[in-house]
Amino acid sequence: MIAIVDYKMGNLRSVENVLKRLGAEFTVTEQADVIRAADRVLLPGVGNAKEAMENLNRAGLVQVIRSLRRPVLGICVGMQVMCRHSEEGDADCIGLFDARVKRFQPAEGLKVPHMGWNKIGNLESKLFKGIDGGEWVYFVHSYYPELCPDTIATTTHGAMFSAALKYENFYGTQFHPEKSGDVGERIIANFLKL
Amino acid sequence: MVAKRIIPCLDVKEGRTVKGVNFVDLRDVGDAVELGQYYARSGADELVYLDISATREGRNTFTRLVERIADGINIPFTVGGGISSLEDASRLLDAGADKISINSAAIANPSLIDAIAARYGSQFVVVAIDARQGDDGVWRATTHGGSRDSDKELFSWAQEAESRGAGEILFTSMNHDGTRSGYPCQTFARLSECLSIPIIASGGAGSVADIAEVLTAGKADAALAASIFHFGEITVGELKTELKKLNIDVRI
Repeated sequence: MIAIVDYKMGNLRSVENVLKRLGAEFTVTEQADVIRAADRVLLPGVGNAKEAMENLNRAGLVQVIRSLRRPVLGICVGMQVMCRHSEEGDADCIGLFDARVKRFQPAEGLKVPHMGWNKIGNLESKLFKGIDGGEWVYFVHSYYPELCPDTIATTTHGAMFSAALKYENFYGTQFHPEKSGDVGERIIANFLKL
Repeated sequence: MVAKRIIPCLDVKEGRTVKGVNFVDLRDVGDAVELGQYYARSGADELVYLDISATREGRNTFTRLVERIADGINIPFTVGGGISSLEDASRLLDAGADKISINSAAIANPSLIDAIAARYGSQFVVVAIDARQGDDGVWRATTHGGSRDSDKELFSWAQEAESRGAGEILFTSMNHDGTRSGYPCQTFARLSECLSIPIIASGGAGSVADIAEVLTAGKADAALAASIFHFGEITVGELKTELKKLNIDVRI
């Protein structure tokens, strides 16, 4: 069973839909015991990282997530909260990935939020099995995780940043695989097979 | 670099897609979900669905349609039309929309932008501006599909929308919409330069060259179009291939 963690950070429907299309069984939950017992855990999320941390703390899920030993995938803000710290609201985060989350600085020709399809490269994980560097995926974010030893994919918007991270059994993507067409579905399918 | 986006727009009435020329003379061009899937397969980067139903029944039909769209499409989609409250936005988010587009209601009540952005994030809020250039040369936002003028000047209104939390601006020139004579590219470039959020260009595309120009000289981040796709003159894939030949970075 796959657990989609519901911590009140946006709409989970698109993640549910991609799992349905892949024929995977899942449950949407905020219950610690269900999350602990799951084979795979998905931590989606859009919105504000500080609010996301507050919600996880309130639900008592920070230690639960840290203690998981099966594959966990954070998406967008769900990945950012697994980093060390976010500039968004000066939030201390869970600290699984050794990255800080910084704000894009708007510049000539550089729009913020970083919104739309961009290429991923430097792919270094089974998460990207069957996917070539240079594939397009969909991003929507104003804050980004810096490059770090846990980086397993990079993208450039002004500066190069971590498009995906991995530490032990924890994975995260800054982009939205659930909105990235067939490439994104492949990444989710790979995650389910890890 | 983030790719320039091509976004087919589907007007929806009672669950069916239609396209108006200058927002009148509607013609039925098919099923909303199937058409969206077709566009996604042919390379559309996002979709926009605009509800032009005038009745409560039509609105309810649209919400159920949004659920079907969310189930059937694996690229982002925006919904708009008649959204005038945080509750409307919540209902569409729950139905599966990735973004909502607000227009007249934002002009009548600008704090609606703040309320929706604070609740669901800027990435969820597209502010659509239908503006008309008057004889005095000033671009003013219109409401209700261009039928009423407002007191909002285009550039200052767009900046206000950004500061209130809009994640994107969808700008349509009512002088050009439906004319297929191209976009006012200088106006687009000026708009793009005075904002840090992405601009979607709408209304006026008659050719590949028009779209190429608004994405380069016009500095738009995305182009939205309806007629040229709905009537099969060019597919999204063909358009992107042509844009690529012109060295415009598109997702192919």
